Amino acid sequence: MNEYDVVVLGGGPAGLAAALASFEQGMNTLIIERENRLGGILKQCIHDGFGLIKFKEKLTGPEYAQRYVDKVLACQMPVLLSTFVLTVEKAGTGFVITLVNAAQGVAQIETRALILATGCRERTAKQVFINGTRPAGVFTAGTAQHLVNIEGYLPGKKCVILGSGDIGLIMARRLTLEGAQVLAVYEAKSTPSGLSRNIVQCLNDFHIPLHLSTTITRVFGDNRVEAVEIARVDENMRPIKGTEQVISCDTVILSVGLIPENEIADMLGVEIDAATKGPVVDQNFMTSVEGVFSCGNALHVNDLVDYVSESGEIAGANAAQYVREATPRQLAEIKMSPDFLYVVPQQININSSNRKAVLYFRSREVRENMRVTIKSGDQVLLSKRYVILRPPEMERVRLVIKDGLASNQIEITMEPVKNKEMAL
Amino acid sequence: MKHLICIECPIGCSLTAVKSGEQWEIKGNRCRKGEQFAINELTDPRRSVCSTVKTTYRKVPRLPVRTNGEVPLNAIFAVMEQINAVTLDHPVHIGEVIIENVCNTGINVIATSDLYYLLEEDGQ
Ligand SMILES: Cc1cc2nc3c(=O)[nH]c(=O)nc-3n(C[C@H](O)[C@H](O)[C@H](O)COP(=O)(O)OP(=O)(O)OC[C@H]3O[C@@H](n4cnc5c(N)ncnc54)[C@H](O)[C@@H]3O)c2cc1C
Ligand code: SF4
Repeated sequence: MNEYDVVVLGGGPAGLAAALASFEQGMNTLIIERENRLGGILKQCIHDGFGLIKFKEKLTGPEYAQRYVDKVLACQMPVLLSTFVLTVEKAGTGFVITLVNAAQGVAQIETRALILATGCRERTAKQVFINGTRPAGVFTAGTAQHLVNIEGYLPGKKCVILGSGDIGLIMARRLTLEGAQVLAVYEAKSTPSGLSRNIVQCLNDFHIPLHLSTTITRVFGDNRVEAVEIARVDENMRPIKGTEQVISCDTVILSVGLIPENEIADMLGVEIDAATKGPVVDQNFMTSVEGVFSCGNALHVNDLVDYVSESGEIAGANAAQYVREATPRQLAEIKMSPDFLYVVPQQININSSNRKAVLYFRSREVRENMRVTIKSGDQVLLSKRYVILRPPEMERVRLVIKDGLASNQIEITMEPVKNKEMAL
Repeated sequence: MKHLICIECPIGCSLTAVKSGEQWEIKGNRCRKGEQFAINELTDPRRSVCSTVKTTYRKVPRLPVRTNGEVPLNAIFAVMEQINAVTLDHPVHIGEVIIENVCNTGINVIATSDLYYLLEEDGQ
C-alpha cells in the first residue's frame, strides 16, 4: 500500500494551494482529482476578475488556475486524475483511502493527514420550489457555464435567469455574447445576491432587466420549456396573488446558491456547521476529526478565489505541522452575535503554535458604519471599523492570539460606530 | 450629477461625478482607480471581452480567450463576431495571440488556457 504524509482531495485552487504548501514543508503529498484535469471549477470560469488580491492582476479563471497547475507540475508531486474516492476510513494514526481509476482499478492508499478540498455544488431545481411540469431546458448556471464554455453548446435561445448570484449574472452576459436573448433576471430577495460590479458589467451593459422581489412560480412546457409564470413576492417570500405574469421562453437558468460538498467529511463523521454547511474548524482549518483538514469552497462558499487559495495554503502548512508533531488541542469557541451570518474558523486551538488566525465572516444584513470587535473576556483582540458590510461580500481579518487568553471563549460582535468617532 | 458603480475591483464603490467646467469631479472612490474608471466611463467606456474559440480537437472543442486590453463598449459584438469566426487547428500556449488587432482596436485576442496541457493524454 502506498503511504503518504498528506493526501489532498480535489485539484481546484484550494487543493492545489494546499498541496503546494504541504509539499514545500517536505511532506510526501498526493493530489486526488476525479476529473481528467487539474484546475477545478476555474476551468469553466472564463471571465476575468480573478487574482486581483493575490497577483494584482485581472486574470480569467483558467489563467489563475494554470499558475498553480504549472507549479504543481514543476515540483513533480504525484497526482491521480480521473480517480474516484470510494471510502475513507480512520486507521491507527492515519486514514486508509479506497479509490478507483482506470490505471489501477480499485486500490488503497494510506495517509497521516487528509485535506478536503472538494469544492461546492449548486442548489438544483429540486431544492427550489417551482410548480408545473419538468420539461427540458432547466439548467443550473454552472451546468450552463460548462455547456457553453467547455463544450461550446448554447443551451437555449430565449432565457430567463432565476437568482441574482454571481454565476447567474456572469451567465446572463455570456449567453448574450453568444447570441442568446436573456429576457430578465428574477430575484426573490429585495437586494441582489451578486456583486454590484457584476450587475453593472453583466446586466446593465446589455440592458438586461433585474426584477427584485420577484420569483418564478411555475414552468410550462411538455418536452421543452415554453414559458414561465413569474410573480412578485412579499417580505416572507410568498407570491402575491394577482401579480402573476406569463413570460414565453425556452430556457430557465437557476443561480440559487452553492453548498459545500462534504460527502467525504460526512463519511468520517466530521462536525458540520449549520451556518456554513461546511466543517467546523480551528485556525489551522483542522476539522473535529484530528488529522482531517478542510479548505476552499468545501469549508464555506467563498466569493473570491484569492481567499480560496489562501485557505488552501493555511490548511496545507498546518497539515504538515500536524504530521510533524501532533499536539493535543485545547479549543476555544468563537461565539458570534446574531449580526453575523457565519464566522470561519469557528474555534481557536489555544495550544497551537499558529498564533495568527485568519478569520472570514459575513454580516447577516447590509449594515453601515459598524465596528467589529473580537474579545476574550475583557481582553480586546481586534477592533475594526467598516464603512459598509454586505452579506454577499465576505470580510477577512487577521487575529493575533496572545498567550494566556483571558477566557476560554472568544466573542465576535458588531455595533454602530458612535457619531463622535465618525467625525474623526 | 451622475451616479456610477466602479467595476475595477469587487468592492464596487458607488461614485458620483460632477462636471465643473471641462473637468469631472469624482467622489466616493476608495482608491485612485475609481477616479480613472469614472472619467473613462463618462467619456469612452471600455470593457475586456472574454469568450472561447472553436478548435478542431474533439477532446477540447473550445479554448478560452480574452482581449489583452479593453475595447470600446460598443465594439463588443463586433469583437465577438471575429472571435466566433476563428477555428483553431494547432495547439497554443497560454498568452499566445489568436487574433491580432481585433476590429482595428489595437488590442489582441489571446489564449487564456494552455491547449498543450488540455490535449495531453491522461498520464498516470
Ligand atoms: C459553477 C460555479 C461557477 C463559479 N464561478 C465563479 C466565478 O466566476 N468567480 C469566482 O470567484 N468564483 C466562482 N465560483 C466559486 C469557485 O468555486 C471558487 O472561486 C473556487 O473555484 C473554489 O475552489 P475550490 O478549490 O474550493 O473548489 P473547486 O474549484 O470546485 O475544486 C474542487 C475540485 O475537487 C474535485 N472533487 C470534488 N469531489 C471530489 C472527490 N470526492 N474526489 C476527488 N476530487 C473531487 C472536483 O472535481 C474539483 O476539481 C464558482 C463556483 C461554481 C460551482
Ligand atoms: S474605487 Fe478602488 S476600491 Fe472602489 S471599487 Fe474602484 S477599484 Fe475598488
